[in-house]
Amino acid sequence: MTPLASMSGRPVVDVRRFLVDVRLVAGRDLWIEARSRVVVAQVVPFALLVLILFGFALDADQRTLDTFAPGLFWVAVLFSALLAVHRSARLEQSDGTLDALRMSGLAPLALFLGKATAVFVQLLALEAVLVGGLLVFYGVEVEDPVLLIVAGVLAGATVASAGTLYGALASGLGVRETLLPILLLPVLAPVLISATRAFDDALGVAAVDGWAWTGLLAATALVATVVGALAHGVLIED
Amino acid sequence: MPVVELRGTVALLGNFPALAGVDLTIRAGETVLVRGPNGAGKTTLLRLCAGLIRPESGSATVLGHDLTVERRTARRQVALLGHANGLYDDLTVAQNMRFWARAAGLSSGEASQRTASALDYLGVAGRLHDQPVHTLSAGQRRRVSLAALVVRRPELWLLDEPHAGLDQAGRDVVDALVSDAVAAGGTVVVSSHEMERVAALSPRVVTVSGGMVVDDTAGEYERPAGG
Repeated sequence: MTPLASMSGRPVVDVRRFLVDVRLVAGRDLWIEARSRVVVAQVVPFALLVLILFGFALDADQRTLDTFAPGLFWVAVLFSALLAVHRSARLEQSDGTLDALRMSGLAPLALFLGKATAVFVQLLALEAVLVGGLLVFYGVEVEDPVLLIVAGVLAGATVASAGTLYGALASGLGVRETLLPILLLPVLAPVLISATRAFDDALGVAAVDGWAWTGLLAATALVATVVGALAHGVLIED
Repeated sequence: MPVVELRGTVALLGNFPALAGVDLTIRAGETVLVRGPNGAGKTTLLRLCAGLIRPESGSATVLGHDLTVERRTARRQVALLGHANGLYDDLTVAQNMRFWARAAGLSSGEASQRTASALDYLGVAGRLHDQPVHTLSAGQRRRVSLAALVVRRPELWLLDEPHAGLDQAGRDVVDALVSDAVAAGGTVVVSSHEMERVAALSPRVVTVSGGMVVDDTAGEYERPAGG
């Protein structure tokens, strides 16, 4: 009997299967990143360089560095996120893989959540390294680590969801390298502001209510994920 | 029930009508050769049948699914080998195969079993299984791409220039695949410039020109004069 002998299909709705698919896509993207080492060898060093160069550019004393550290941190994260998002979108543009995905039977929502999860994991790793950079290069101290972590996670989720959506959009327009920052950065401006304020509080550099700003981050994460989940499938299909 | 039924189907690429009113019926178990000059609409026809392009007007049904509303459902039972291979360069052959098998909804055990079987069937040597795809030759990549489709066991095969980039042994494997797919109850549509090779497998030749089916011949392929 040849391997072609019987047919198989998959159920249209299967939650367990859906979660397996999300993990499958996320695992694939992370595995490819691990093999190519672009994030480790290029994105993370780039982010650290941005952080260091900002420090040089400000020619700052310790007090100035403390004051600007949260904002510089998130600018570095967003610039670096562009590279990660671009990489993620490019995976589906090479050698007809997007068509193969569309033919595979994977739910578009599972594809979106899987890709966003992979970008999210990379961003968390990047944020962890950059927080280390803040501690080492800027000499800042963390006063509220829980706030720092929660704000970092929520901002990362927003950037990953919006980035995955806009990465697909820019790829579909065929001008991804140049258009992606122009499309994505304005959308992420609320994240930059909210996350910076939350970090101001977490690092004790300004008298603001960091948890209130973190609430705003939670709202943006929710909106970005829901809109991304709804719109990504349409972009992939058309 | 026809596997493919197109009636006055129009499909646009941008604003250009790549298919300008196609009428075509393909029944289960048929092997159909689609031929025509470059730009005739062969690839668009196959992509439409695969559910990758939305019909602009007319009707289009594949495996009983209306392509205007059920493209995703139809795709689950269709395999398309396009000009690209649909493989991730940085993953190994085995990882690519496993990903596509799992994406098709197979369990882990089924995916492993079918992957091994399909790679063996397509003649992909065991020493290549752990190599990244970017290290393979064009012919080896084509075989792996076909193996990834074999794993899914589709009902309708759409093969766009399947012999391209393959050596003689690889071409023989493709021919065997076409024969075996039909023997297993499947339906195969092949777009190819290798007329004589495909015609030997297919008694039906559909000629496409200007985005329309201009000839549909059930019979022996006639070698062009002087060819």
